[in-house]
Amino acid sequence: MKNKIMTAQEAVAGIHDGATIMVGGFMACGTPEILIDAIVEKGVKHLTIICNDAGVPGRGVGKLVSNGQVKTLIASHVGLNPEVAQRMNTDIEEDKLECILVPQGTLAERVRAGGTGLGGFLTPTGVGTIVAEGKAVIHVDGRDYLLEKPLRADFALIRGSVTDKFGNTTYNGTTRTFNPMMAAAADYVIVGACEIVEIGEIDPNNVVTSGIFVDAIVGGEKPWQI
Amino acid sequence: MADIKEIIAARVAKELKDGDVVNLGIGLPTMVANFLPEGVHIVLQSENGIMGMGPAAEKGKEDVDIVNAGAQYVTVNSGAMFFDSATSFGIIRGGHVDATILGALEVDQHGNLSNWIVPGKMVPGMGGAMDLVVGAKKVIIAMQHTQKGAHKILKECRLPYTAVGVVDMIITEMGVMEITPEGILLTELHPDYTVDQIQAATEAELIISPELKPMVL
Repeated sequence: MKNKIMTAQEAVAGIHDGATIMVGGFMACGTPEILIDAIVEKGVKHLTIICNDAGVPGRGVGKLVSNGQVKTLIASHVGLNPEVAQRMNTDIEEDKLECILVPQGTLAERVRAGGTGLGGFLTPTGVGTIVAEGKAVIHVDGRDYLLEKPLRADFALIRGSVTDKFGNTTYNGTTRTFNPMMAAAADYVIVGACEIVEIGEIDPNNVVTSGIFVDAIVGGEKPWQI
Repeated sequence: MADIKEIIAARVAKELKDGDVVNLGIGLPTMVANFLPEGVHIVLQSENGIMGMGPAAEKGKEDVDIVNAGAQYVTVNSGAMFFDSATSFGIIRGGHVDATILGALEVDQHGNLSNWIVPGKMVPGMGGAMDLVVGAKKVIIAMQHTQKGAHKILKECRLPYTAVGVVDMIITEMGVMEITPEGILLTELHPDYTVDQIQAATEAELIISPELKPMVL
């Protein structure tokens, strides 16, 4: 069987300038910090990041924002990271961050659609608001819906609580968030795992993300304070 | 007078029924859980992936893998479940949340809500609010009646909408209002205020209920 276990540096080696990266987690709870750190170290730029939020300065996606590596951020909420607003409004072209805000449920479902072969979905969320601008409004059985399209990425950074050597993964507590959908919606999927175990050690009843989605497994992740 | 936020939270709590599935917004709405009437047990949904959320975690006993939607460490009750964000918002949009309680920058007489952006000033993002107000069976706005005297309950919202025609009820320190097809119906008035005072603090014209009662405290 293919060995998927590698160092963080090896796992992120293919990430290039301008790549689109999905990052799991919610306010950095469920974000694989060791993989974020490896991307900071690698220094790639002009990234498009798809994540629920911008983390906080010094945690999660916040580290990539601080390091000036993010060109476009697709997220539902950025209010707890003041650096995002600063970079959105800066006059320095090199530091400028474009932020595309998406309702949280729509973001989760767009990622899910991207990983599950759907061409989009219809949601009542955002009808009559600026979120509807430029989108088709479709009337079904007396109600208006927005047509929302799928999202995919070149890479996904997933945070596993327990991952076996095939990549089967479980998530503790509220670390699950966007991780399972993102694991299916990217071309190359890296799991930062708190614990790596032998195949067969995780009860199949408890596996949330199948190893078929996973390309690389990096150990040494841990529960972090926000 | 007791703390204004406590008055509002205590009155909102009386709207909840035993067994309700409820999502509480960050800030004042979170306080509602502290004022539930005797015998009323609700199931708290947290959009980042909990059904059956418990109180804040005791200092020193936090599980750093369990947070609420405000990124604070919380506990879960016996019988709780964790899920992913797509499932969470399926629950929300699917009408499985009985009530959502959140604050507002502006609400208008048509039940339109604005609470996620002040263009050019503050762009925090909508988070889960747009999905919650569209999906929950009952939308209760819990907020102070004015922003330091400036009207928040308007004829028409001026800020970009969170959603249109979704608000069912507004509860402030001055009274309780319901959104009806005819406009905003004042059903309860806090004893410290007169009808003239609450109207002066409200841009929209209030319809005074024939059964207007003192605010239940």
